[in-house]
Amino acid sequence: MNILSLFVAIPALMLLLLFAVRGKNTIRTIMVVGSSLLLLLSGILAVLFLQERAVNADTMLFVSNTMWYEALNIHYSVGVDGISVLMLILSAVIVFTGVFSSWNMERSFFMWFCLLTIGVFGFFISLDLFTMFLFYEVALIPMYLLIGVWGTGKKEYSAMKLTLMLMGGSAFLLTGILGIYFTTGGQTMNLVEIAKNHVIPMAHQYWIFPITFFGFGVLGALFPFHTWSPDGHASAPTSVSMLHAGVLMKLGGYGCFRVAIYLMPQAADELSWIFLILTGISVVYGALSAVVQTDLKYINAYSSVSHCGLVLFAILMLNKTAMTGAVLQMLSHGLMTALFFALIGLIYGRTHTRDIREMGGLMKIMPFASVCYVIAGLASLGLPGLSGFVAEMTIFIGSFQEQDIFHRVLTFVATTSIVITAVYILRTVGKFLYGELVNPEHAKLTDASWYERVSVVVLILFIVAIGVLPSFPSDIISDSVTPIIANIR
Amino acid sequence: MDFGNFLIMRQEVGLMLIFLIMLVLDIFASEKSCIRKYFQPVACILFLVHTVFGFLFPSEGTAFGGLYVTSSLTTWMKHILDLGVLFMFLQSGSWLHSTDALKRRAGEFYVISLATLLGMYIMVSAGNLMMLYIGIETASLPMAILAAYNKYQHKSAEAGAKYIMLTSFSSGIMLFGISFLYAAAGTLYYGDINLTDGNFFTITGLVFFLSGLGFKISLVPFHLWTADVYEGAPTSITAFLSVASKAAACFALIFALYQAFGSLVTAWKPVLWWLIVITITLGNIFALRQKDIKRFFAFSSISQAGYIMLGVISGTSQGMTAVVYYLLVYLFANMAAFGIISAVENKTGRTDFGVYNGLGKTSPVLAFVMMLAVFSLAGIPPLGGFFSKFFLFAAAAQQGEYLLVFIALLNTVISLYYYLLVVRAMYIRPAEENAEKVNADTYNKISLLVCTVALIAVGIASFIYTNIDALSFGIR
Repeated sequence: MNILSLFVAIPALMLLLLFAVRGKNTIRTIMVVGSSLLLLLSGILAVLFLQERAVNADTMLFVSNTMWYEALNIHYSVGVDGISVLMLILSAVIVFTGVFSSWNMERSFFMWFCLLTIGVFGFFISLDLFTMFLFYEVALIPMYLLIGVWGTGKKEYSAMKLTLMLMGGSAFLLTGILGIYFTTGGQTMNLVEIAKNHVIPMAHQYWIFPITFFGFGVLGALFPFHTWSPDGHASAPTSVSMLHAGVLMKLGGYGCFRVAIYLMPQAADELSWIFLILTGISVVYGALSAVVQTDLKYINAYSSVSHCGLVLFAILMLNKTAMTGAVLQMLSHGLMTALFFALIGLIYGRTHTRDIREMGGLMKIMPFASVCYVIAGLASLGLPGLSGFVAEMTIFIGSFQEQDIFHRVLTFVATTSIVITAVYILRTVGKFLYGELVNPEHAKLTDASWYERVSVVVLILFIVAIGVLPSFPSDIISDSVTPIIANIR
Repeated sequence: MDFGNFLIMRQEVGLMLIFLIMLVLDIFASEKSCIRKYFQPVACILFLVHTVFGFLFPSEGTAFGGLYVTSSLTTWMKHILDLGVLFMFLQSGSWLHSTDALKRRAGEFYVISLATLLGMYIMVSAGNLMMLYIGIETASLPMAILAAYNKYQHKSAEAGAKYIMLTSFSSGIMLFGISFLYAAAGTLYYGDINLTDGNFFTITGLVFFLSGLGFKISLVPFHLWTADVYEGAPTSITAFLSVASKAAACFALIFALYQAFGSLVTAWKPVLWWLIVITITLGNIFALRQKDIKRFFAFSSISQAGYIMLGVISGTSQGMTAVVYYLLVYLFANMAAFGIISAVENKTGRTDFGVYNGLGKTSPVLAFVMMLAVFSLAGIPPLGGFFSKFFLFAAAAQQGEYLLVFIALLNTVISLYYYLLVVRAMYIRPAEENAEKVNADTYNKISLLVCTVALIAVGIASFIYTNIDALSFGIR
């Protein structure tokens, strides 16, 4: 079996095992062993990838094809480039930490969690448009039950809104995929082959590019389709928020990159201005919204809108540096939002409130959790040495390479988000971690338990690793961005 | 008299045999006789044997001078209908034993259902418009009896009356259309009708013909009977109506349009385009506000019919494959859903949404199957519904109907909303007070098990699609 197929096979096996077993400890064992295997596997894949890359110059490595539906040229075809490898590592890390953050959940929760995992991994390894779309939808539908059943607050409303908006996006997407397939003559659904051997006629690119970009953009929280994100994140249980903001929103950015821009470079070049304006709004509007929120999860959800907006923004700059930055930002944002949501879940589980006005002085009571929150905050506002700095720096350097006045103005506008981020992060941290104790009941609270610490520490390690050694991921990324850039100009 | 004709019709002959056996059993089994207990297993086993037999020895050819046509493709279609009847037999046991009045007439039920199926066989195998008409009538009249089977219940009697009135009306219109077409073409054989000019007779005839079949498939605006009949008829019959009756009419329509009216594609394509748009949209919008689960599935089945027409409008062999495949998957999903509805109804006597609240807690297995069924209907992977919808959309998109595909896809989002309402009731809402565990009887469990396995496996096992694809044909 191809090493990549293991990424789908392991969670599938976990799902089947969960059907058979009862008992909390057995379930935990399955989840911990399975997710550790995934993490290990992603590490092995990274090593193998670097070895293979040195001798093999193909766009995609570890390619494997199996005919599935011959009539429509549908294959189960997998393969990875550097970007997918990094996304797989990110997903494995977040799945691993997500398991520890949902330590006390029941069996059926983990079953949906495994299905979500299958979808996410399957999406990143797929090279075939059909299987890609299939895994995309597999990743979406468990969200409804995960939020609807185990969520908090107005969970029914949020779950429905999230599911319908994302499915609306996939309606755009499927039309786009069918368009791509049939306007290139119905020869192949394979992404790489389409990019190499077929050109979508310009007249069709003008409608397929926007709908594909919107389709994936909904998941990447593109303005004005971002409204599912704050409600969804706020209502979701901890590990689902982590997985959703950490990985699922990356599906959007990755898809825009891999499908919309890779396959329709000419239209991307001509129409990028529309989407640059929209993503510019996402970046600034998301950050400004975060400033006025008082619910910790809403603050981070809007901050995610802003940061994911930056991902799409950088992709649309269509140059190598900015695109490398975009992928770095995906990694960095994935890790740091997951960290945020893990900590918010930890704090909320103890204080039973997420309103920063009702908390204060937690630093003295929960020093471990609070310090980690500060680290996450500093990563988010771009402190050198942590991952956020590397990503945002690369993005803005890349954006500045575009010389014309339109791109310059937009870049200026987008950079303001750095300042606004600092405002809401420092305000939040100052308000509920430092200062006087607001609620005397909070004095009795305990600090993080061991399984919560595992999850938080692993995430921080990765954030610091990217911050300190940025050249490793950015080399892999820029290497993989090259064929996409070559397609554009 | 050529006996070879009967050999070609071996599926129909086999069906007649079971029909007669059941009839004789019913006549000779007295009130107290122990045979009455075994009606259900006997009917199921005989029918299963018939299905397998038909599958092992398929026949090809025409009989009675082209009135009757059979091929591997029609065999496939008839098997899909067979499956529908088999599931209905499996699911109707508890209902048939619920009252004394019903118990006394249990044998009739099987006989009448088989008679309906015979009509559907003829619809699928018709090679002549008159034969098609006979098939439709043979299928419709027993169907009305079945709808009114709980004759002492007001709603069931009403459903039967409504169905017979409207079905005879629509048959009349259809016959009128056929007579116009005869005037224009001078023949009723599919192969010989070669109309190219769209004169008054042709267009009027075609419109009347389409509306007659549209009634059976319950396309908007010929759908008005659907909700009332679905709600009033006994649940197993509703399942049968929503699956087999619709499937047979779709098969008949696709054969007629491809074989007889292929040359008139420019005339029927725009009509069908608009029919699809309003059928999907109105079906969905009305489904949103239903409080009764049977009415809800009635409107959902209307919008599903609209999706099926996406394959018909393409006019390609891929479209035909997609239609047959879609109906197969749709059958499993709908039969699973109705199996659970009838189990719940037998337990509680209710069909409103409230009774489904908290089903995930009280009867997790049934709720799980129901969830798979509605997810498949909504087109969620990795269930069969995702694949079948994708193939329909692909068939339409191949002909450049991107706008239509997009409208249909937006409608899947609306439909997802109301399918999720079922899931929400079962898993998120708390159960009503004194809600008890619902149990399906053994036969129903078998049917649900088969449906569940099929829903999960049918998309992943690509050979089913490939097999159908090898047999299909198109007009382009």
